[in-house]
Amino acid sequence: MNKRNLLLEVGLEEMPARFIDNSIRQLGEKMTGWLDKKNISYGKVQLFSSPRRLAVLVSDVAERQEDSHEEAKGPAKKIAVTPDGQWSKAAEGFTRGQGMTVEDIFFKEINGVEYAHVKKFIEGQETFSLLAEIKGLITSLNFPKNMRWGDEELRFIRPIKWIVALFGQEVIPFSVAGVNTGKVTRGHRFLGSETVLDLPEGYEEALLGQYVVADAESRKQAILSQLEKIEEENGWVIPIDADLLQEVTNLVEYPTALYGKFEEEYLEIPEEVLITSMKEHQRYFPVKSKSGDLLPRFVTVRNGDHLHIETVARGNEKVLRARLSDAAFFYREDKKLRIEDALKKLGNIVYHEEIGTLSEKTARVRKLANLIAERTGIDEEAAKAADRAAKICKFDLVTQMVYEFPELQGIMGEKYAVQKGESEAVAHAINEHYMPRNADDSTAESDAGAVVAISDKLDTIVSFFAIGVIPSGSQDPYALRRQAAGIAQTLVGKNWGVPLESLIGLSLSLVSEAGIAKRDNEEIYKDLCQFFKLRIKHLLQEQGISYDIIDAVLGGELGSIPGLMKKAAVIQEHKDEAGFKESMESLSRVLNIAAKAEVMGDIDPNLFENPSENVLHDKYIDAARKAEAGIEAGDLYQTLIELKPFINDYFDQNMIMADNQGVRENRLNLMAAISVLIMKLAKVNEIIVK
Amino acid sequence: MNIQNMILTLQKHWSQQGCILMQAYDVEKGAGTMSPYTFLRAIGPEPWSVAYVEPSRRPADGRYGENPNRLYQHHQFQVIIKPSPDNIQELYLDSLKALGIDPLEHDIRFVEDNWENPSLGCAGLGWEVWLDGMEITQFTYFQQVGGLECRPVSVEITYGIERLASYIQDKENVFDLEWTNGFTVRDIFGQPEYEHSKYTFETSDMEMLFNLFNTYEKEAHRQMDEGLVHPAYDYVLKCSHVFNLLDARGAISVTERTGYIARCRNLAKKIAKTFYEEREKLGFPILKRKEQAEHE
Repeated sequence: MNKRNLLLEVGLEEMPARFIDNSIRQLGEKMTGWLDKKNISYGKVQLFSSPRRLAVLVSDVAERQEDSHEEAKGPAKKIAVTPDGQWSKAAEGFTRGQGMTVEDIFFKEINGVEYAHVKKFIEGQETFSLLAEIKGLITSLNFPKNMRWGDEELRFIRPIKWIVALFGQEVIPFSVAGVNTGKVTRGHRFLGSETVLDLPEGYEEALLGQYVVADAESRKQAILSQLEKIEEENGWVIPIDADLLQEVTNLVEYPTALYGKFEEEYLEIPEEVLITSMKEHQRYFPVKSKSGDLLPRFVTVRNGDHLHIETVARGNEKVLRARLSDAAFFYREDKKLRIEDALKKLGNIVYHEEIGTLSEKTARVRKLANLIAERTGIDEEAAKAADRAAKICKFDLVTQMVYEFPELQGIMGEKYAVQKGESEAVAHAINEHYMPRNADDSTAESDAGAVVAISDKLDTIVSFFAIGVIPSGSQDPYALRRQAAGIAQTLVGKNWGVPLESLIGLSLSLVSEAGIAKRDNEEIYKDLCQFFKLRIKHLLQEQGISYDIIDAVLGGELGSIPGLMKKAAVIQEHKDEAGFKESMESLSRVLNIAAKAEVMGDIDPNLFENPSENVLHDKYIDAARKAEAGIEAGDLYQTLIELKPFINDYFDQNMIMADNQGVRENRLNLMAAISVLIMKLAKVNEIIVK
Repeated sequence: MNIQNMILTLQKHWSQQGCILMQAYDVEKGAGTMSPYTFLRAIGPEPWSVAYVEPSRRPADGRYGENPNRLYQHHQFQVIIKPSPDNIQELYLDSLKALGIDPLEHDIRFVEDNWENPSLGCAGLGWEVWLDGMEITQFTYFQQVGGLECRPVSVEITYGIERLASYIQDKENVFDLEWTNGFTVRDIFGQPEYEHSKYTFETSDMEMLFNLFNTYEKEAHRQMDEGLVHPAYDYVLKCSHVFNLLDARGAISVTERTGYIARCRNLAKKIAKTFYEEREKLGFPILKRKEQAEHE
């Protein structure tokens, strides 16, 4: 079969760097998805992307769709065939409509009724005649932020400027948002010009001639090797931040790395500030000496060649100098600030209109931190550090540096706290109390840091719930979900088993004492438990725990979070073992029947009628004793499945719903008692066994 | 190139692109966007092209004329074109060339920057334009103005005149910039910068300002009830400036801030809606004229 190469390039005004990778992945998937759906065979698929273009080049695309067969359903047999065994008019009409004859009819049963069918041969069409449909691949791309432009109604990532759509030499005709397809692409904005593509396969090379490195990976490699060269020539080390490298790769079409310097005096500013200023604001790579000291240098990547590169370096130096002179000024000013004065200022900062000021908040956080320190049993020194850290954890919010660089909150707090005479433990806890700062960040390690981290986050969540600000759908303006996950992760990280419900209760009573609650306490508590359950469900999903097991472990109270995570892991680990199904079925039977117990009373062995009752009761007492002693999830699991044979015997030999009321209630009482024990592991009847 | 010539060059460039050259609007404001020539005219279907210099007051940025990079009042060169033309980026880059900035000798980038002005219910998508790492221009496709969806979309280009000049003239201190032959920014704005900073941070009468805010707000609502969009809008601008003065003085807490911004936004939304309705009653005359011209 004849084949041609296929090229689709969408030219745009500069796309946001952070959305490019996902956009090109989508376009590639949509293209191959479409070819597959259309039964068009193809070879290699190459993806190209830059700030101004998204392109897919597919090699060896068949010029014709594969032939195929399709079944068409006609009338039911009793309508298709007359009582005397002839084809009816309906049957003839059906086949004619399908371009076939009654000879082609066969019968097939659908829901117990036989219907006339024909198998239609569908001849593959010319690929070219179908290709205009790829317009839909472009218009169905999803972007996190869309815009409109001019008179156009299309919402897209940025305005579309040109589209190249080539099948071999032929242009595939369609238009999107007033832009017609063609064979002319555009080169680098300043160094290149428009260029005609005669064939798809010449794409990458043609663009290179126009100063565009269209393959993102090649661009990234080019940047890396240029950085290496600069390192070697100058004896520097340029630490590579993967995210920054990726962003820079997507900010340029033709990268040229260059370096500049800044005045040595600015090195007095904390390294974190210098690095943030360079990385976040200017997308520069900081430079270190071989011994790891930050040097007064930076490396930036220009979108262009070496022409007048010294002008570009000088311009960038000027910008950085202005930023750093601001930062140096802030740093000197902040040095004069006393922590006690900073804390007074927190009294003027409203955290939230209905929740109060930052000093009111930190006062609650401090009380909560002391209560949590007690429950978790951390040592006295750590508890003291937690108390002090909780009191001053927000002081750096009134420094000029954090006002200017909000992402440095906590980090500056630690720096400044040490300078102002706080202990290392307190200073570090100030920094740690914001952890985990994002989904990839680690949790607070020190006891004091973890206590304050949990207290601060919990107080935030509970306060917002108390005033009725509850995340829903995409609405979570205060990132309460992330903070809830942070609490759970911190508890797991520290292996602190204090029941989450009790922590919620402590925080809620402080919040309602402060008069913040706008709703009924019980309602707030219920919403909070539900909310935390969902967040923990999410965490378990991320760890690859199956849905049914998640539902099972979340079937009761949350209790100890590290314990809960372990229980899920234990069940997940055993679920494919032989005998798992049977064990779960036995335990589930107990849960199901126990649900029928109206009230749970004491078990009276005198009412037992059958030895299997005594056996199960004894085994239950043993197991309960072990569980009371606080055993690990794995042992609890083992203890429970060892009950299986006794449970089975019991069910074989006893009728729970006995006629005698006393006997019946006593049996239900035993079932209820065992079910309480089972629920310490999980609501096992939620687990789907095959 | 001195600032005066930069402005003349930009005016000439955008006038050749069919922009109406206008003068700054005579009510205090924090940004060129707040001029009614932008805010109101970006609303509705009527085409619009305008360029003007807007002195913009940012009380919180006042530094008594001592900081080399910050000003109580700076200047923006503002361009608005509706609907946004296809070649707007090229037109913009041509304006830089007219200013003597050869893109081949520099690193010019369009870096994502989404713009929002909550106090006016405005939002847009676009870029900040970097010249060798320095932000010299805000480039925005308006998506929403006064809470109304923009149809068609206007493009707004805002040059930071002093920023751009400090690059072109290679000066470290904004006060050393040459405005015109023999006159620097210091000569013209040095004293006002000092006095306005002192006023903003030390001597302003806060009680009076709070009263003014309420008075202006009331008057804006009253004029809206009369259907008088432009007088009402002037009072919204006055509210906004008074609010900025109070905010810079630290007289408004973070929460109250949200409340004041919401009050401004509610007014702005009401005005935007009424402006649209008033133009509709007139039959969108500029649109009609354009369509007639195209028809002939």
